[in-house]
Amino acid sequence: MRLEPTDDQEALVASLRTLLARGLPMERVRAGFDRAMHDQLAAAGVFSLRADGFGWADAALVFEELGRALVPGPIVWTHLAHGLPGVPQGVPVGGTERAAPGTLIPAFGEALLLLGPDGVAVAPAAAVRAEPVPRPLDPLTPVVRLEAIERADPVGDAALAAELRRGGALLVAATCVGIAAACQDLAVAHAQAREQFGRPVGSFQAVKHLCADMAVRTECARAATWAAACTLDGGGDDPQRAVSAAKVTAGRAAVANGRAALQVHGGMGFTWEVDVHLYLRRAWVLDRVFGTVDEHAAAVGAALAGP
Amino acid sequence: MDLRPDPDDEAFRDGLRTWLTDALATLPPPPARDDWPARRAYDTAWQRRLHDAGYAGLGWPREHGGQDRPPGQQLIFWEECTRAGAPYVGVNFVGLLHAGPTLIAEGTAPQQAAHLPRILAGDEVWCQGFSEPEAGSDLAALRTRARRHGDRYVVRGHKIWCSFAQVADYCELLVRTDPDAPKHRGLTWLILPMDRPGITIRPIRTVLGTSEFCELFLDDVEVPVENRVGAENDGWRVTQVTLAHERGTAFVSELVDARRLARTLARRVGDDDLRRELGRVAAELDACWALTKRTVTQAALGRTGAPAMVMKLAYSEARQRLGELSLRILGDDALEVSPIVEERLRTLALPIAAGTSQIQRNIIAERLLGLPREPR
Repeated sequence: MRLEPTDDQEALVASLRTLLARGLPMERVRAGFDRAMHDQLAAAGVFSLRADGFGWADAALVFEELGRALVPGPIVWTHLAHGLPGVPQGVPVGGTERAAPGTLIPAFGEALLLLGPDGVAVAPAAAVRAEPVPRPLDPLTPVVRLEAIERADPVGDAALAAELRRGGALLVAATCVGIAAACQDLAVAHAQAREQFGRPVGSFQAVKHLCADMAVRTECARAATWAAACTLDGGGDDPQRAVSAAKVTAGRAAVANGRAALQVHGGMGFTWEVDVHLYLRRAWVLDRVFGTVDEHAAAVGAALAGP
Repeated sequence: MDLRPDPDDEAFRDGLRTWLTDALATLPPPPARDDWPARRAYDTAWQRRLHDAGYAGLGWPREHGGQDRPPGQQLIFWEECTRAGAPYVGVNFVGLLHAGPTLIAEGTAPQQAAHLPRILAGDEVWCQGFSEPEAGSDLAALRTRARRHGDRYVVRGHKIWCSFAQVADYCELLVRTDPDAPKHRGLTWLILPMDRPGITIRPIRTVLGTSEFCELFLDDVEVPVENRVGAENDGWRVTQVTLAHERGTAFVSELVDARRLARTLARRVGDDDLRRELGRVAAELDACWALTKRTVTQAALGRTGAPAMVMKLAYSEARQRLGELSLRILGDDALEVSPIVEERLRTLALPIAAGTSQIQRNIIAERLLGLPREPR
């Protein structure tokens, strides 16, 4: 039993963090996702990671860093699509679990994976009629309104759909851990620097306790997410429960820490310039994919009563 | 990171399960809630059986009679004992989890030899004499005074929240030896034998209606200087050794119990909203369980960090939410003190004992996040 990164995993995280700081600084992230960004991430091995011999635990650590850096785009879907027969490779690929006309979904790149209860299908972008919405909740996550899917080819059965749904929920949870941690860091830095009443606002208990609660949420979410990742790697007996617990705690941590960080920033937190609102908006967006916090909480509640 | 079962750990678990099944089959019924002599006899008899079977002092070094087991197996021990319904550590708590580890870290060889084997064997019961009526969260403000007279300290003062004092043989006592020094630098840690003249014990009735806590009045009680642990006026540092444990793996039994309660409640809940809320709290408890595994891993690697620091706050707050939810799920049945309601009442103490949630937040903010310190 070891729920702590190995030296190799620490090195993986450190090198990715350096790479993101250099290649995808916040001003670049704020310019939005494009093909060049996809290629940068692909070159870093973000999408091929598990095909390259790494496990879910490694992938969770990587997506935590991507969340921390607020990397936009359909990166979880593209990671899941890697190596799937019949799905375009080497290009950004999005996906959705809800495909009814009128549904709002994040923009999806070259193809759209359709995750249904009975299986997985893929629609090439050209076969999807969709209209971009003018004001997406997260300005870095363009959103479209689905009108019609004119063609979709089967990719796999219900078992594959369940596998992708579970892997996707794990990687979104990991992304949320990164968001929660980034919000905590932003809030702490501000609380140390900002002075009122002649001293740093972080010296007041009211502010301190907001920050401490953020740390508790981040650590709980991280532990649950790492445990879920290890479970998918074969280390536990109930992967579905573990992933749901991770999605619940990490999803809540990302939103709650986003809100707390905004509060700690005071008036500045309400400005476009400060990054906090972008993290909070991303956290809200991520609640909509691979099962909401409410859905996963209901699943845990139902599983509790089981054998 | 790897949670696949380790063969050594699983062999330990299998052996323990087999032993527990046999041992619990011959366990006498538990004594009445407030019969303290009977509770002492019951808890220490169980400790003796653990000792004789090689399950006492799992984390203690071998030279002190311990088993020197890795932290992962200590976690398995508490997990399996709680699952099997074995007696709790009970009156042995302070000896096994506070005083013992302190003596291992800071005691003299004669102190270690006199107490550690007896604590492990269930022959010796300890209580804690730290808090005072005017020194709760601000523990270092304590005023119980010890004056040196030759080879003795003469102690005068008033302690509170002393668990199991009415049946204890010794008390881990924190006293002020230098009233002129800054408050953290004038304290000393003493081993107080509870049979000394001048000690008056007054039980406190808790919200449970029982008296696990006592007040201790010390009226010129004499303590030999050789009973001092650590240097004179170095008691605050010695105390930090004692308390470090509580922020580590101390919540394994609690968590196993809480997760079992969540399953019990799930079988009673009919309403979808309540079931979802229960799932949410259960997910938080799962996260606490994972946090415990991180803490244990870090302990095995000789590290200490964020997981250990946030554990107490995370668990005690999640447990409050479970407790409130349990009453809502029980509905009208909550109007009687059933075991589930008793648990709700008992767990009211969790965000208060061993550092309130508010003090925990200060500690996390200052020591983990590096925010400016509170005045103290």
